[in-house]
Amino acid sequence: MDFELLFSEFPSLTFDGIALGAIYALISLGYTLVYGVLRLINFAHSEVFMIGTFAALLASSDIMGINIEDEPISGAKLILTIIVCLVVAMLTSGIVAVLVELVAYRRLRNRGASKLATLISAIGVSITLVEAFRIMTDSLPREFPRFFEKSFIADIFGAQIRNDKLLVIFAAGVMMFVLDQFISKTRIGKGIRAVSQDEQTSVLMGININKVVTVTFLMGGLMAGAAAFFYVLVYENTSFRVGFFLGISAFTAAVLGGIGNIRGALVGGFALGLLEVYGSVLLGTAWKHVIAFTILVLVLLLKPTGLLGESIQQARV
Amino acid sequence: MRLEIKNLSVYYGKIEALKGISLVVNQGEIVTLIGANGAGKTTTLKTISGLRPVTSGEIVFDGVNINQIPAYERADLGISQAPEGRGIFPGMTVLENLEMGKYNRKTRKAEMSEDLARVYELFPRLKERATQAGGTLSGGEQQMLAIGRALMARPKVLLLDEPSMGLAPMMIQNIFNIITEINNQGVTILLVEQNAQQALSRAHRAYVLEIGKITKEAKAKDLLNDPHVKSAYLGTGAHEIF
Repeated sequence: MDFELLFSEFPSLTFDGIALGAIYALISLGYTLVYGVLRLINFAHSEVFMIGTFAALLASSDIMGINIEDEPISGAKLILTIIVCLVVAMLTSGIVAVLVELVAYRRLRNRGASKLATLISAIGVSITLVEAFRIMTDSLPREFPRFFEKSFIADIFGAQIRNDKLLVIFAAGVMMFVLDQFISKTRIGKGIRAVSQDEQTSVLMGININKVVTVTFLMGGLMAGAAAFFYVLVYENTSFRVGFFLGISAFTAAVLGGIGNIRGALVGGFALGLLEVYGSVLLGTAWKHVIAFTILVLVLLLKPTGLLGESIQQARV
Repeated sequence: MRLEIKNLSVYYGKIEALKGISLVVNQGEIVTLIGANGAGKTTTLKTISGLRPVTSGEIVFDGVNINQIPAYERADLGISQAPEGRGIFPGMTVLENLEMGKYNRKTRKAEMSEDLARVYELFPRLKERATQAGGTLSGGEQQMLAIGRALMARPKVLLLDEPSMGLAPMMIQNIFNIITEINNQGVTILLVEQNAQQALSRAHRAYVLEIGKITKEAKAKDLLNDPHVKSAYLGTGAHEIF
């Protein structure tokens, strides 16, 4: 138990935890949005994220022509590259999420299948996608090129601020804000909230549930795609199995915050990111999941609905 | 406006909830459907709204068979419902709940504020609580909100499912007064009620529904004095409560 290191590096660790938490939070939004509308855990969401990392990789090499050995880029080309990779990853994940719903869930839902059948379908889609990517990538991890030199650009309250992580925190913050506004202000956003709170009454109001579900999956996919790009930007590699731990962690974050609750997903994401970073310093990196998930179990024992979760009767989104 | 149900049967799995019922609602009327728990009153309204599929028979609205029209498009036709249990969106404010009533109307802002003003005039309490979450309202206030929200769509026919359920006697009186007032403003109403005393004294015509079948159809006032209705639905002492 290295408490000395934890305390001396606390500000920097906190900054790193927030960056990791931002990625978790973006992914967990997809779990929580879909759960809110359909009361379904979309186990294929982790693969929506995984495909996003490969889309970002493809965008950097095939659209922007950047290879692993290339020198870091700068100026306008750097900005353009970041935007192209981000947009391609988001769109790809968004479209994959919508397709998964259309192919694997919609027919089941419209025919009145049980939640369990849909859950099994979700797991099936997840395994299918993982295996397809395992075969396509020969089971090998892929490196992601370093777009720019990573350096510590500032020192705030003793926290070493690394440029790529700062970018991730900032961009993720913007996305969360935009999503929050979309859900609370726009007509279709209100439709999503209405369906989450009372599906049957929503239909009486004239809401087309299928349309709302599609938009919900699209939103979750877009957020997962953004998370995917941020992930490869910081960690510079991906593989067919990247969705597994990230997905489980993000799902945990959603439950920790109170599944179905958007702000809960954000709180849960950041909490889990911080816990994992602090935990890896205390007990070693190998222990980070043990610590994070032990705390999850403890939180749920004390508050089964999650940190911001409320009873089913109360507000969800 | 004319809503006509012809020989309607609806199944829940293998159980026949409605066994070939027929009824008519004409422009400007309050028609009430009374009956005990489990008689099929709520099923009737849900089927008119499209939430339950028709097994056989027809729902004809303004001369058109609407059996195959999806539920979410029926609000646009002019069929609005204040559902059983009120169906308030608990996490939305009162104002947001009311706006949901016009979800599909691509209306100008003017029409929205006009309709809001109309609802607030009927229910001043809702205006006071406009920014409060729907889930924090009392039962009576929620019922007002459910009715107000249904009115936002400018319905041709308003379906009310047990508006008196779970309310205090004072509030029941209040709600029924408002139902009468809404009807006086020209809204046609199909009212489902267990509180037969109130429903029959407010409605023009009435149907009695018993285990999925219509057993009586008459002017509402006449049913108030019908010996069978009196013993089965009005009970002794009902007059003293109100």
